[in-house]
Amino acid sequence: MKKSTKKLKGFTIQLLPYSEIRSLDSDDRIKKILNIVLGNSIVILQGKLRTEEETRLIGDTMAMIGHIKGFKGIELAVISGNGGERLFGKMRSGILNAISGGNLGAITIIGPATIVKEIKRNPKKIELLLG
Amino acid sequence: MGINIIGNFFTRVFGNVFKNKKSIKMGFYGPPNAGKTSLANRICKDFTGEEMGTVSKIPHETRNVQFKEKVEITYKGKKMTFKMIDTPGIATKIDYEDFLKYKMKKADSKKRAKEATQGVIDAIKWLDDMNIVVVVLDATENPYNQVNITIIGNLAARKIPVLIVANKIDLRKADIKRIEAAFPEYDVIGVSARYGKNLEEFYESIFKLIKKI
Repeated sequence: MKKSTKKLKGFTIQLLPYSEIRSLDSDDRIKKILNIVLGNSIVILQGKLRTEEETRLIGDTMAMIGHIKGFKGIELAVISGNGGERLFGKMRSGILNAISGGNLGAITIIGPATIVKEIKRNPKKIELLLG
Repeated sequence: MGINIIGNFFTRVFGNVFKNKKSIKMGFYGPPNAGKTSLANRICKDFTGEEMGTVSKIPHETRNVQFKEKVEITYKGKKMTFKMIDTPGIATKIDYEDFLKYKMKKADSKKRAKEATQGVIDAIKWLDDMNIVVVVLDATENPYNQVNITIIGNLAARKIPVLIVANKIDLRKADIKRIEAAFPEYDVIGVSARYGKNLEEFYESIFKLIKKI
């Protein structure tokens, strides 16, 4: 039987510190992230986007499918470390977030759907299935 | 001062009268193939005798936002009129090749993918207009999906009351507890839209939910 010889195309992982997007408005944040993703890179963003920015990212991604050759969308996951904190812990992270301008206890992973087939997550771990 | 107090009183009394008469916009949101249209159809069939849209095993069957005006839901003597809004499934990726697996022709698959991407954009646009939202999740799937989290986070930011429905509880793999654990701040109701299972509890929750508007 002939074995599948389909190879994974080249890709890079780009770490994006929150300081890179802190001063940008929502349009520019999304543009910056999508530009990296369109270059076949997986973005690992320190922190997370605002909720409305995540929605905008999904909407803008949909608008690009069919207009950019080979682009099929994104895979997206946010892991936040603030889940089971008690009141004092929540207050402390709230103050830190206010000072830093974002939720730095979180990590956001965004990759092109052509490379990241699936992001499997549960509260404690995250798995990227590449293909 | 006195005129203001009287004015406020009338606004409150008559405002509430008109508010109660208006239909409540109830949106159905969730990922593709979770059973949003099946649930909307079940409700419409129960109270109007008509269905809202077609359902299919192929994802993205609903690609336009669909409406059903004046659906009067009665439950234990309570009555409320709703405008039901069934939305296309929200996804972060759409690949026409996925539809080929369902023996669709290439041209039809491409058309479906194009319509589905527009459907997601429209569904997002409609978020702002809802009074309450029923987030329909497939109880057999992993709920820790960023689309689910993003939808629910958006609704919370807009202060729109949310009820989470864990659909497909008739299936052996269904796990409501996993959904409850993923979204502990929300009420989760397990139903089977296909077989009409546990809809009484669903209607009861809807009447509780509208008090939060």
